[in-house]
Amino acid sequence: MNQKKEPPRLMKGNEALAEAALRAGLQAYFGYPITPQSEILEYLTEHGAKRGAVVLQAESELAAINMVYGAAGAGARAMTSSSSPGISLMQEGLSYMTSAQLPCLVVNVSRGGPGLGTIQPAQSDYFQATKGGGHGDYHLIVLAPSSVQEMADFVFDAFRLSEKYRNPAMILADGALGQMMEKVSLPAEGSLPPGDKPWATVGKPASRERNIITSLFIEPERMEEVNLHLQKKYHEIQQEVRYEEIETNDAEILLVAFGLAARIAQKAVELAREKGIKAGLLRPITLYPFPSQIISSLSRKVISFLVVEMNAGQMVEDVRLAVAGGRPVAFKGRMGGMIPSPEEVLEEIESIAESYRIPAV
Amino acid sequence: MEVVTTTNGMELVYQKPSTLTDTPFHYCPGCGHGVVHKLLMEVVEEMGIQEQTIGIAPVGCSVFAYNYMNVDMQEAAHGRAAAVATGVKRVFPDKYVFSYQGDGDLAAIGTGETIHTANRGENILVVFINNAIYGMTGGQMAPTTLLGMVTSTTPFGRQQAVMGFPLKITDLIAQLPGAYYVTRQAVHTTNAVRKTKKALRLALEYQPRKKGICFVEVVSNCPSGWKMTPVEANAWMEKNMFPMYPLGDLKVPQ
Ligand SMILES: Cc1ncc(C[n+]2csc(CCOP(=O)(O)OP(=O)(O)O)c2C)c(N)n1
Ligand code: SF4
Ligand SMILES: [Mg+2]
Repeated sequence: MNQKKEPPRLMKGNEALAEAALRAGLQAYFGYPITPQSEILEYLTEHGAKRGAVVLQAESELAAINMVYGAAGAGARAMTSSSSPGISLMQEGLSYMTSAQLPCLVVNVSRGGPGLGTIQPAQSDYFQATKGGGHGDYHLIVLAPSSVQEMADFVFDAFRLSEKYRNPAMILADGALGQMMEKVSLPAEGSLPPGDKPWATVGKPASRERNIITSLFIEPERMEEVNLHLQKKYHEIQQEVRYEEIETNDAEILLVAFGLAARIAQKAVELAREKGIKAGLLRPITLYPFPSQIISSLSRKVISFLVVEMNAGQMVEDVRLAVAGGRPVAFKGRMGGMIPSPEEVLEEIESIAESYRIPAV
Repeated sequence: MEVVTTTNGMELVYQKPSTLTDTPFHYCPGCGHGVVHKLLMEVVEEMGIQEQTIGIAPVGCSVFAYNYMNVDMQEAAHGRAAAVATGVKRVFPDKYVFSYQGDGDLAAIGTGETIHTANRGENILVVFINNAIYGMTGGQMAPTTLLGMVTSTTPFGRQQAVMGFPLKITDLIAQLPGAYYVTRQAVHTTNAVRKTKKALRLALEYQPRKKGICFVEVVSNCPSGWKMTPVEANAWMEKNMFPMYPLGDLKVPQ
């Protein structure tokens, strides 16, 4: 997807993401420390200023997202990052930003909850990320990386999409992706030129009316118009859907998993194939927009679904909606920072194969 | 000064600044908000900085400040104006940035943002309208509500044992090394109006020096929330508010 790349080097997910942000033309970053994403803030405080980005440690995530609001409203390519509890604090700001139609990138290197939870990786913020998260009818554009390479690449995609649609975009990763080291080929600097932002508050010249960034539309007729506009935008955003298909051609049992869970699921698919079970994997890359169509059309080919997540079963609801009762959809999840092993997932695949008497060949 | 003559032959001695729009104020009769809007925009016009000025509106009665002030503006969430202003100012360190906030916005829900923005010494102007009440939501207790003062949520008067003390946040701000100019003014008399205008002018003139936050509190009224006529409200303010919130400079540039 992304232009020219450098030879691969070994990097931590959080650092690859932070470096990619600078290469993507980041102009303003505001953040607050929280494990397992503090390396993003640390990396940017070290390297940001000398490469032309404003980088500021805020007094809270509440302040951080509102600084992003101000900077984005002033036309800057702005970003924040945090982990689950901090992302909860940002929900007010994100609701305001979607209504005020401000682009920005929010990174959630998520951890297990609810509450203060654990610092171990989890995917239990799926609902919050994809269904709105704060008050009002809105969505974030949500990208789910499953490798360090994608942690870097998706920064470009997220900025591009958020600016194209004037809507905040989120990269929903998890603690493992943030902390692990992998080979990554970083995208080249300067490949994402800043776009025109005639709506930004940069100071009003005599030649134009004043620009106003607001989410207040007190007359219900006007508020409905704004909502209709947002809904139209979310409809258009559906065309940005992205997913990866692995061994889906002849699959009888189709796994659906995103992010880190997709890597485990992929391994389980390999193990199942070794045992002669025709398993495949569909990996949603955009969680919003959700790849409902491909799931729906695959449901006519496969016998059964298995959704694998690191939570109590969140994306599985969207899969069931897409399958619309046409096929059984089973779920395998671990919670609280526990990661399912490929063998555990394989067991589920085997028991599904057993129950449908899919003969081993 | 150039003498401007109107069509009916009379000399024009006063007019609305071009930095205010033609939208009529929605404020209640006698309310201080409109006066402070006008003063601030007069200063922006007189300094010729309209093109370089970005304002942040709060949530409170002045939520629609952007309907009146003819400059680029952002509307912040309740209490977050100082953080939004920080975001703008960091992107445009050489432009003029101000926030305009009420006591509930600045000294209750936004206390954290207010204190930290001041403590970082952000080079912005904060205009703080202290009317000791939540005007917009119908007259509930504010952090600055006086002891014994009746509001819709302190129907028997604010009791210290239950609701604590009035918060003199401007005094706190003045303690911070990040604060450059801190003053408390009013707009209930022509003399007070002149002084407030001078304070706003100084505050904006100081901004390019990049020496820290300039904080202008205006002790104001809320005739509707206080359930008084404008005349009664101003008399009550002088008698009861000024002893607790004395007018004058709290910190001036050394
Ligand atoms: C998060 C949130 N909580 C509560 C409110 C409701 N609310 C709107 S204005 C306001 C108080 C405003 O009082 P103040 O800042 O003193 O301004 P005034 O109206 O007195 O000028 C409140 C509580 C809100 N809009 N948002
Ligand atoms: S309610 Fe109070 S603060 Fe609000 S406009 Fe009326 S008088 Fe002014
Ligand atoms: Mg008030």
